[in-house]
Amino acid sequence: MLAFLIRRVFQAVIVMLTVAFISFSLFRFVGDPISTMVGQDATIADRQAMARELGLDQPFIVQFWRFIAKAVQGEFGISYRVGRPVMDLIQERLPATLELAFCAAIFALVFGIFFGVYTALRRDSWLTKVVMTVSLIGVSLPTFLIGIGLIYLFSVELKWLPSFGRGETVKIGGWTTGFLTESGLKSLILPTITLGLFQMTLIMRLVRSEMLEVLRTDYIKFARARGLSDRAVHFGHALKNTLIPVITIMGIKLGALVAFAIITETVFQWPGVGFLFISSVQSVDVPMMASYLLLVALFFVIVNLTVDLAYFAVDPRLRISAVATRG
Amino acid sequence: MGDALLEVKDLVVEFKTRRGALRAVDGVSFALKPGEVLGLVGESGAGKSLTGAAVIGLLEPPGHIAAGSVTLGGERIDTLPREAMRKVRGKRIGMVFQDPLTSLNPLYTVGEQLTETIRTHLPVNQAEARQRAIDLLNDVGIPAASRRLDSYPHEFSGGMRQRVVIALALAAEPEVVIADEPTTALDVSVQAQIISVLKNLCTEKGTAVILVTHDMGVIAETADRVAVMYAGRIVEIGPVRDVIKQPVHPYTMGLMGSIPDPQGGAERLVQIPGAMPRLNAIPVGCAFNPRCQMAIDRCRVERPTMRRIGATDVACHVAGPAETTP
Ligand SMILES: Nc1ncnc2c1ncn2[C@@H]1O[C@H](COP(=O)(O)OP(=O)(O)OP(=O)(O)O)[C@@H](O)[C@H]1O
Ligand SMILES: [Mg+2]
Repeated sequence: MLAFLIRRVFQAVIVMLTVAFISFSLFRFVGDPISTMVGQDATIADRQAMARELGLDQPFIVQFWRFIAKAVQGEFGISYRVGRPVMDLIQERLPATLELAFCAAIFALVFGIFFGVYTALRRDSWLTKVVMTVSLIGVSLPTFLIGIGLIYLFSVELKWLPSFGRGETVKIGGWTTGFLTESGLKSLILPTITLGLFQMTLIMRLVRSEMLEVLRTDYIKFARARGLSDRAVHFGHALKNTLIPVITIMGIKLGALVAFAIITETVFQWPGVGFLFISSVQSVDVPMMASYLLLVALFFVIVNLTVDLAYFAVDPRLRISAVATRG
Repeated sequence: MGDALLEVKDLVVEFKTRRGALRAVDGVSFALKPGEVLGLVGESGAGKSLTGAAVIGLLEPPGHIAAGSVTLGGERIDTLPREAMRKVRGKRIGMVFQDPLTSLNPLYTVGEQLTETIRTHLPVNQAEARQRAIDLLNDVGIPAASRRLDSYPHEFSGGMRQRVVIALALAAEPEVVIADEPTTALDVSVQAQIISVLKNLCTEKGTAVILVTHDMGVIAETADRVAVMYAGRIVEIGPVRDVIKQPVHPYTMGLMGSIPDPQGGAERLVQIPGAMPRLNAIPVGCAFNPRCQMAIDRCRVERPTMRRIGATDVACHVAGPAETTP
């Protein structure tokens, strides 16, 4: 178990370094940040002074090394565009993104599992047919269209929910939360649905097909033959077996929520890190972009690690083999 | 038939398909006395498993009972509502499936699955259920039962798992157990042990058994009576000695010919030419007539009904003492 954990953490570090390298080198060549910062009519001396100040006159490797060394200490440099530490900017924006991703994840999980189980157990009901058809549409529509559609319906036509921003937020320590005010909660609804809908349909389809598979197995037939109640058979025996293969894929999907948030945040003018990233791209704000990518990678790595651990908790077969391989 | 525990009468199982109904079980009748072991034999696809599934109420749609009745202890159970039938399963009729490797839920310990079954059917608390589970595992011959209770199925060998499955089927002391090829998936070396565990426990507790198998040797040793199925119909049913030693139906004769000779090194196999008909092409008259060497014209037009010859009932126009043709 411990050996497994250490191996995984080691792998995670490699992944993070690779992402850092790729993002840093990519952005290094996408454009010239100095032009954007000092303007077209600056003198060459001005430009050189700026380059020296930012460390851009150094060789690539040196720049990368400095970036990593500082990143480990939680320093991601100064944003070219805003002129403030990247870390501060991200810290300000991160709560908005994490709260949104959290709500979207809960939304996707709860409804995805619920509808997945329902459509598997009631294969012929009309609701199943409706849900399956709608989910097909949900999967094939791009996120921004869904967002715009929701805004049109609930904000423009019905005027029930706000169309942009986080509403009022409350500051607790370094964290701003929208969970504590009515307008904050209302503002969360549409972005949550927009961000979570795609994942929800994927989880639903996954749970459904996995559940149908499990319901055909011998141990479910045998559970029925033993006279167990439908509830015990469906939720005690079938659902637990369904969720095992679903866990991994769900982990990856939920990790993707933070990355996908870019589009949703743009549509809803949501003041999160995704929105911040889009603004930085426009001005070739390299430290900002690289830090953002690192952040997303970190998120993926953490989610995957959690998923691996969840496996251990759920599947007795893995626990045994881990003990066996350790000796 | 007043003393019958389980009585199946003119059972018909059909599958609805786009091109009409397929009859997989066609007019099967048999009775089972308390404590009796009935062997059910026949080629693959003869309808043995479906008959068992129909009795315990576990036919999977589109399969359904289209006609006939199943009576347990004088009460019809084929027409029971879902929930009432669920209470019959496990409590009054137990079932053992073919593959012990897949019959147990991999995520629960053997003890959890046993206590769950016990507590579903019997009014006992968790500690009592646990004790009963240990007793059951002891009964089926699992060593160190109290320790193995907390093991997961994958920690048991195939034979041990099938013992657990038998313990589960017998957990609530049912009156009837349906064992559908309980040893087919097992290693040859443990097959005999499993059969004897099943047989001894059922004899001890007075449980009647329907034993589905391809193994005529097992039938000869275990069953009191045997029913031979062909294309969804019972063609011969009677005391095991008679049916094995002096089969009357031409199909049974062929089938008995396929028992490996215990003395000879080489297996003495008498093959019946041809194959069992498909469900959508059951011949008119006797279903066996195209493969039967004794078939007469009457066999091709009129379906034979059951006749008593000696101690066995046979569905055949020509078998046994010569009959006057009309
Ligand atoms: N879902 C289904 N739809 C159509 N036909 C089916 C279905 N299930 C079973 N059958 C048919 O019913 C017939 C009887 O099947 P059954 O499983 O009872 O045979 P069996 O005697 O148990 O054979 P085996 O020895 O192989 O287990 C077979 O011909 C099979 O093809
Ligand atoms: Mg079968």
